[in-house]
Amino acid sequence: MSTLVTILVDGVTYASWLFIVALGLTLVFGVLKILNIAHGSFYALGAYAAATCVAWFGALEISPWLSLFALLLGAVAIAAVLAPLTERGLLRFFYGRDEVLLVLVTYALFLVLEDATKLVWGVNPYFVSEPYGLFGSVQVGALSYVGYDFALIAVAVACGLGVWWGLNRTRAGKIVLAVIHSAEIAASMGVNVGRVYTLAFMFGIFLAALGGALTAPMISVQPGVSVGVVIVSFAVVIIGGLGSIEGAAIGALIVGLARALAVHTWPEAELFSIYGAMAVVLIFRPEGLFQRVKARRI
Amino acid sequence: MTRQQGAVAALAVAALFSASASAQETFRLGIVSFLSGPAAESFGVPAVNGAKVVIEAFNKGAAPAPYSKVGFGGVRIEPVYVDENGGATKQVQELRNLYDREKVDAVIGYVGSGDCLAVAPAAEEMKKFLILYDCGTPRIFEDGKYSYVFRTASHAVMDNVALARYLKARNVKAGTINYINQDYAWGHDSRNDFKAAAAQLFPGSKTGADLLPKFGAGQYGTEISALLSQPADLMHSSLWGGDLQAFILQAAPRGLFKRTQAVFSAADHVLPGLGQRMPDGVILGARGAYGLMSPKSALNDWWWKLYSDAYGVHPVQAPYRMVQALLGFKLAAEKAMAANGGKKPTPEQLAAALKGSEWESPAGRIRMALSDGHQAIQDTAIGRTKYDPKKKMVTLVDIQRFPAECVNPPAGVKGEEWIKGGFKGAKCP
Repeated sequence: MSTLVTILVDGVTYASWLFIVALGLTLVFGVLKILNIAHGSFYALGAYAAATCVAWFGALEISPWLSLFALLLGAVAIAAVLAPLTERGLLRFFYGRDEVLLVLVTYALFLVLEDATKLVWGVNPYFVSEPYGLFGSVQVGALSYVGYDFALIAVAVACGLGVWWGLNRTRAGKIVLAVIHSAEIAASMGVNVGRVYTLAFMFGIFLAALGGALTAPMISVQPGVSVGVVIVSFAVVIIGGLGSIEGAAIGALIVGLARALAVHTWPEAELFSIYGAMAVVLIFRPEGLFQRVKARRI
Repeated sequence: MTRQQGAVAALAVAALFSASASAQETFRLGIVSFLSGPAAESFGVPAVNGAKVVIEAFNKGAAPAPYSKVGFGGVRIEPVYVDENGGATKQVQELRNLYDREKVDAVIGYVGSGDCLAVAPAAEEMKKFLILYDCGTPRIFEDGKYSYVFRTASHAVMDNVALARYLKARNVKAGTINYINQDYAWGHDSRNDFKAAAAQLFPGSKTGADLLPKFGAGQYGTEISALLSQPADLMHSSLWGGDLQAFILQAAPRGLFKRTQAVFSAADHVLPGLGQRMPDGVILGARGAYGLMSPKSALNDWWWKLYSDAYGVHPVQAPYRMVQALLGFKLAAEKAMAANGGKKPTPEQLAAALKGSEWESPAGRIRMALSDGHQAIQDTAIGRTKYDPKKKMVTLVDIQRFPAECVNPPAGVKGEEWIKGGFKGAKCP
């Protein structure tokens, strides 16, 4: 019984981290139809920006809780500065082209951002573990967990509900849904599609950067942190169905729980468990769990 | 000008150009290490930084004797740096480019065990000289035979045998042992070697959790739960770099290091960065007597100052292994040049000079004693972490040194067989 509880807790905490990043990926695909390989780079940039902000706020010696605000500020800064530059300065020139071409463009962007990150922050690691200890410890059965992990679950739930509510219960959300349904018809009705694209891309990048910023206190921020997360995030959105928020949530839970089950019971199969789960889903639902089957437009 | 005078003038000009070319002749040395990716911060960049200051000192003739000749035997060294990131297939192509396009005279490089396993046969096929300076897998020379390929550092068997011997010497309890190692050649080899050594030195010891997270996992919450769920006396790990730092940052607040004695086979390089975040009492090695465990010597003092002055931090294992490769290669190159009338040597002459040779390094004496003179052995050391608030840095206490013959297999014996056979031929004090 205690092993089952541990698997559940571990699976959900891992899934919450993954969901924040995957939500941004699926949102960008849903609106802009871009499979953004550079999503992991924005995750890394969020981690670096958060590390820098935490160091600045730490130097002020006001309150350790301000470091949480610093994490958020780092993510906002990346989304506010780099996302519009990327979308307006690069991606918009490729709208309407083959999706494969956009994958190549974002892959090139990924390589450029990797090197740009090194130029700005160097290769030495950054440590910002202060926020990690703010929430103390939580005892679950015989095991001690860090309270920060549970705070991460709350943030993930808030992000998921916020995006769902924003899309389905607000006027702006309905405009975004109209653009998702048909950008041409939305434009003919007076919607500024370009602005919707920019804002949606900014929000997607904010979620990637937020994922990185929230992870920064748990790791040493250094070159290479962007690669692993984007691969697992792709598995999540493929399981859930590209462009689906509910799918990203369920996909993250499936990946998190499958991985936790494997680590606790069959460690050699940890990596296999993620892609095994993906394969099983795709056998029965080739479009992903929450993606409706669509006729191909010729 | 007569035709004869013209010919003489042309010859004179040609001779002048030839003399000038000879005066400007350089020894082109390819240096391959991680300049990007997850291994750059801990291994690649510090090693390349070490190479830069040492090559600069060589070119100025500023290294201590017997390394004081300018460059290699008077020929200036011209380094060509290449990024090791990108996978083994890319590295084979990059190595071919170094020899064919960049026209390097020799290559020193490679941190990744997978990269070493891939590039060694390529260099051999091309009949070009190659030194593997860092990678740990014993399989390179145990499963293959090479004429042009050398490794100037001990392989991973030494690290794990030394760890096990340290635990035995200090009477550390090892009834149950948990493992967490990366899921690739280095992690698997390290785990197997330590398991085999523990079976010899701690008969009856059991394996608890045996985890193999992927390289670059970053998130270890689930693994830490699994390790906490299976109480053990010891936890062995060969994690390194960003993975090790993330693991320590996530495991320490959950009390893992208070519940079990952690032993890390290659962890000295994370100490300067982690500082106070590194728990006290962790037993660790550095894959040699490197950094805070290095022996006192004039050569080590020179190297320590050279590196620390340039980069504001003391050298750890990766730059140590780079400098010992460069020092050994310098002596071999100069020996080969002397045998070649002062001219740049061929790969065959370089190989003949390095094969079975010995030299002093900042970490002690390096001997090319295994695999028909192609694989080095060296002394090593293990210590225990303790944060020093006065120095504001992590220090290592209870340091124990192990002679090379105590922790490396004898010539002609595979590491795993040697351990399982009860360390026959080991010479320990």
